[in-house]
Amino acid sequence: MAGLGRAALLLSLGLVVYAVVAGSYAAWKRRRRLALSAQNALLASFGSTLVAALVLWSALARRDFSFVYVSEHINHSLPLGYALSAFWGGQEGSLLLWLLILSGYAALAVWLNRRTRDLIAWVVPVLAGVAVFFAFMLCFVSSPFKTAPAPADGAGMVPSLQNPYMLAHPPLLYLGYVGLTIPFAFAMGALLSRRTDERWIVATRRWTLAAWTFLGVGQLLGAHWAYVEIGWGGYYAWDPVENAALMPWLAATAFLHSVMIQEKRGMLKLWNMILVALAFCLSIFGTFLTRSGVINSIHSFSQSPLGGWFLGFIAFVTAFSVVLIYVRLPLLRTRTKLESLVSREAAFLYNNLLLVAFCLTILWGVVYPLLTEALRGETRSVSKPYYNFFLHSFGLPLLLVMGIGPLIAWRRASLRALGKMFLLPLAAAVVTGVALIALGLGSSTPGLLAYTFSAFVAVSIALEFWRGTRATGSLMRLVARNRRRYGGYLVHAAVLLFAIGVAGSSAYQTVRERGLRPGQSMAVAGYTLTYEQLQSRQESNALATRARIDVSRGGSHVTTLYPGKNSYPVAPGGPTTSNEVSIYHDPRNLGDVFLIADQIDKSGTLYLKALVKPLVNLIWAAGFLFVFGSLVAMWPDAVEQRRLAERYAAGAVAA
Amino acid sequence: MTLGLVAGAVLAVLAVLYVARPFLREPTPSSDVLDEPGELERRRLELVEERDRALLALKELEFDHRTGKITDGDYRAVVGPLRRRAAAALQALEPRAEARHERIPSSR
Repeated sequence: MAGLGRAALLLSLGLVVYAVVAGSYAAWKRRRRLALSAQNALLASFGSTLVAALVLWSALARRDFSFVYVSEHINHSLPLGYALSAFWGGQEGSLLLWLLILSGYAALAVWLNRRTRDLIAWVVPVLAGVAVFFAFMLCFVSSPFKTAPAPADGAGMVPSLQNPYMLAHPPLLYLGYVGLTIPFAFAMGALLSRRTDERWIVATRRWTLAAWTFLGVGQLLGAHWAYVEIGWGGYYAWDPVENAALMPWLAATAFLHSVMIQEKRGMLKLWNMILVALAFCLSIFGTFLTRSGVINSIHSFSQSPLGGWFLGFIAFVTAFSVVLIYVRLPLLRTRTKLESLVSREAAFLYNNLLLVAFCLTILWGVVYPLLTEALRGETRSVSKPYYNFFLHSFGLPLLLVMGIGPLIAWRRASLRALGKMFLLPLAAAVVTGVALIALGLGSSTPGLLAYTFSAFVAVSIALEFWRGTRATGSLMRLVARNRRRYGGYLVHAAVLLFAIGVAGSSAYQTVRERGLRPGQSMAVAGYTLTYEQLQSRQESNALATRARIDVSRGGSHVTTLYPGKNSYPVAPGGPTTSNEVSIYHDPRNLGDVFLIADQIDKSGTLYLKALVKPLVNLIWAAGFLFVFGSLVAMWPDAVEQRRLAERYAAGAVAA
Repeated sequence: MTLGLVAGAVLAVLAVLYVARPFLREPTPSSDVLDEPGELERRRLELVEERDRALLALKELEFDHRTGKITDGDYRAVVGPLRRRAAAALQALEPRAEARHERIPSSR
């Protein structure tokens, strides 16, 4: 079967190389049949990559340890779900997943836009060019189909990956990373074909939104995985690999906003090209950080010698984008100017500048230690205070702009109109700030600002829905008439919930740590934690040890929690132990009581770490609203579809 | 191993046939030129986009006015130029429409 996998990958490589060469020649010389043939090659590459993927999945399911990849990542005792998820648990499988998603996306995007032949003619070689890199890596640098005499059992899976979140978090991130290739390819295709009208934006609008949603949900699932599995009590550590997913998401967020300015005002054509190229380069950079092992982090289990190839590819993509944008500059100039600095489009511009500035400061934080090590041989690290400073500097104004933007009219706004629109949100912000200070919650300035701004944004979003409903007569009609706008507001509401959750769980959390003997108690933020006893249980792949903790409040029993440790006798690198946290979700404050069994010594003493994190569950609730808002924004609008079909029908005239 | 190789070979043959399909279906086509919008079509697209932008801007302006985001004075100052822009784009597209309508009877 490994032979079939190798043959399928070689075929994929041959097909995408053909699609690049034949596709470029056909687009350049305007050869119709050759362009269609290149298009078919790209579509066929999905079929052959799918065969390769099925071979690997089948080997994982059968635990065929003659595949080196299988023997290095799973063992007999691993449950089937985790065995199948090992597909993306290692470097070779991840690269195959990249190629599988890319070829699938490419086939779908090309098929959906097959009538726009002049644009697609150039999109095909760009998409195929990206696929060539991954297919080449899989064939000659990092093959998942290497074979060796089969050992009796495999090395097993890293314990932290043995979590249900790992079944969804990496594929969702990849769906996001890879999805950004589609808008990039259409943007570059538009430049190559000199079609800098809005056609490429119309073709990729939903692709960008879908990729952005996947990337956002993937990060949120990763944060929840870190929260419940890693066992340090947090959900985001500014780890370089976490930042690697955040950066393209921020760039794509900026693009999703600025592209609306191009559609509505015909402005920012150049800026949009830069943003789409930046988002794609950052998605490749993210894969490089995760898979190259260049940074030692909690994700360091995926270290490998891929760095040079990835760096070369990133350099090539960056140079290609910069040169192409520069050569086509005359086509990207626009005549429309910003009419006022106090207008909706100006608010979008401020939002873009803040997002890109935040993205670039994170990029610098990730790159700086690498550069100092490479150039000076010094080991430096950029830690939490650096990122928190910029989160406060850019994140809080971004939150505020999110509330201000919807209140301002397009083109320009007078002071009178602004005063009227801002009155209620401002009043809500002031009342919230004063109330927090009065309640003694003013100790954290960023927390106070976050809640004050959140009140402003919440009221501004609510007013938008209320005024809109009043104007149209029904909430359903309002949303149906402008799904993108109101879907966007729902996403803003999700960001708001997220911000409230982050501020509450970080600025107002309580942490206590104590050694306890059975029967002893400790108090934390109004809860009493009593250590009752230690218990052990043998699971299929680990020995689970748990401390039984009674949680009470005001003398009444609330719940029983079981923090502890799992000992894995089989794992890559030898036997290992993991922290297993235990969490109580308190409906009163939407927060958590989070217990970590830091140490359990032989005398039976438990070193218990307890964290009380108010409002933290709003972060996860925000995820559901985020997906719902994105779906509303993505949902097809029949009226708009008809208008666009008429616009792009060849030779059509005004209706 | 042999089964794998045979399956690989079948896959390759199928892929080659699919890639060659445009040439197999049309061995001697009347035209093998890839469609490309001419200067006229590009200009039409520009005008249609301009028309759509102006009409959308008018719609947004009406909505902003109804929801109180824009005062009566600002509305009056902005609506005129926007209407003129939309009208200019529609007018620029009209002769093409008339030309096409004229061509239809003659082609029958």
